Amino acid sequence: MSNQQETFGKTILVVLAVCLVCSIIVAGAAVGLRSTQLANKEKDKQNNILAVAGLKTDKKISEIFRSNIQTKLVDLATGEFVDGIDPASYDQRKAAKDPAQSIKLSAEQNIAKIGRRAKLATVYLVSDDAGKLQRIILPVHGAGLWSTMYAFIALQVDGNTVGALTYYEQGETPGLGGEVENPRWRALWVGKKLFDEQGRPAIKIVKGQAAAGSSHEIDGLSGATLTSVGVQHTFTFWLGEQGFGPFLSKVRQGALNNG
Amino acid sequence: MAKSNELKTVLTSPVVSNNPIALQILGVCSALAVTSKLETAFVMTLAVLFVTAFSNLFISLLRHHIPNSVRIIVQMAIIASLVIVVDQVLKAYAFAISKQLSVYVGLIITNCIVMGRAEAFAMKNNPFPSFMDGVGNGLGYGFVLMMVGGIRELFGSGSLFGIEILPLTSNGGWYQSNGLLLLPPSAFFIIGGLIWVIRTFRPEQVEAKE
Repeated sequence: MSNQQETFGKTILVVLAVCLVCSIIVAGAAVGLRSTQLANKEKDKQNNILAVAGLKTDKKISEIFRSNIQTKLVDLATGEFVDGIDPASYDQRKAAKDPAQSIKLSAEQNIAKIGRRAKLATVYLVSDDAGKLQRIILPVHGAGLWSTMYAFIALQVDGNTVGALTYYEQGETPGLGGEVENPRWRALWVGKKLFDEQGRPAIKIVKGQAAAGSSHEIDGLSGATLTSVGVQHTFTFWLGEQGFGPFLSKVRQGALNNG
Repeated sequence: MAKSNELKTVLTSPVVSNNPIALQILGVCSALAVTSKLETAFVMTLAVLFVTAFSNLFISLLRHHIPNSVRIIVQMAIIASLVIVVDQVLKAYAFAISKQLSVYVGLIITNCIVMGRAEAFAMKNNPFPSFMDGVGNGLGYGFVLMMVGGIRELFGSGSLFGIEILPLTSNGGWYQSNGLLLLPPSAFFIIGGLIWVIRTFRPEQVEAKE
């Protein structure tokens, strides 16, 4: 090592030069690969929708999306479908940040700690090859311990029974909160009822083991109390009045049965 | 010694005789985390190999210019940039695997092997031997990872690289999988066993009794 060159100016110069070169490389990689990464995310999202769709078919992904899965927009305030906007071009996450397309949640409405909520939400209606409606897939998200967790929940046509759940994007502690992605835990949700007889959100993440035979309780994630609370809050919010509550109450009354 | 022989030693000695995990006990954290399947272990090996090789190369190229007082910071900047590039490339071209590796790609930055080789070898040697040293240490790390990953996947999930070898009872086969092998602590036992085997054949690695 050449100690004779250790002047203050030289030290600063070398550090700045290294930082500059490194930042150019890092920025170049991030910008250059961005489009491929986004395409991957989109594909991953479609795969996750298919994972909860419960379809038994050997068609290609893009084909299933064309023939079996119908993307619709729902006005969350009224629970009615919205026509006139192309669902494919609608980005719910972007809309949630746009003051014109979203509402600000007050402190007591903001159960899932998401701050703003888009006025319109994307839902996916899954039909079998005969065209009969099989499942309704709803996107939900809410804050966990470290991150916002994004999930799809698939409901049976009754708008109450859980068909499947998948968490597809989260940054919780791997092995603890990250276990929301664990297939065994997600399988606990299948067949549970989201609402009680009065139509109030009733799904409950309990600490430890859920009571045997309970139709609303789900085991909490051990070692991940705060993530479990986050999951609870996510569903309390999205099943409530500010979330899919109005839409789902229409579904439970049979709004989709003849559609 | 002829020059090519020296290079060969630099390249091959970290694989068994001076293995970074088995002898120097470095980089164990990631070796526990990513070895439940061969596929992730293999991709992790490639990522670490790339980072050690090129961080050694660049640090060696700059070694006469890196001020002694801030050398660790400069090394870290170079290593971190390489790791971010690797992470971005994985996200673009191996999305599913990068999701499984999650934070552990980013944690290559703090992998002692990378830092250790930069400080111990690349700061004192010419670029080409430094590059080979990086490749060698990446291979040494990979050797242990693949051994551990192979054992864990074979006996934990009954498959190798996702191809079924031992049909599991849960799929109607005869093999009852060993659940412990899917959990990180099992890698401790396997690495311990590997160190034992290596030291049985290379008694010079055994530490002197205190």
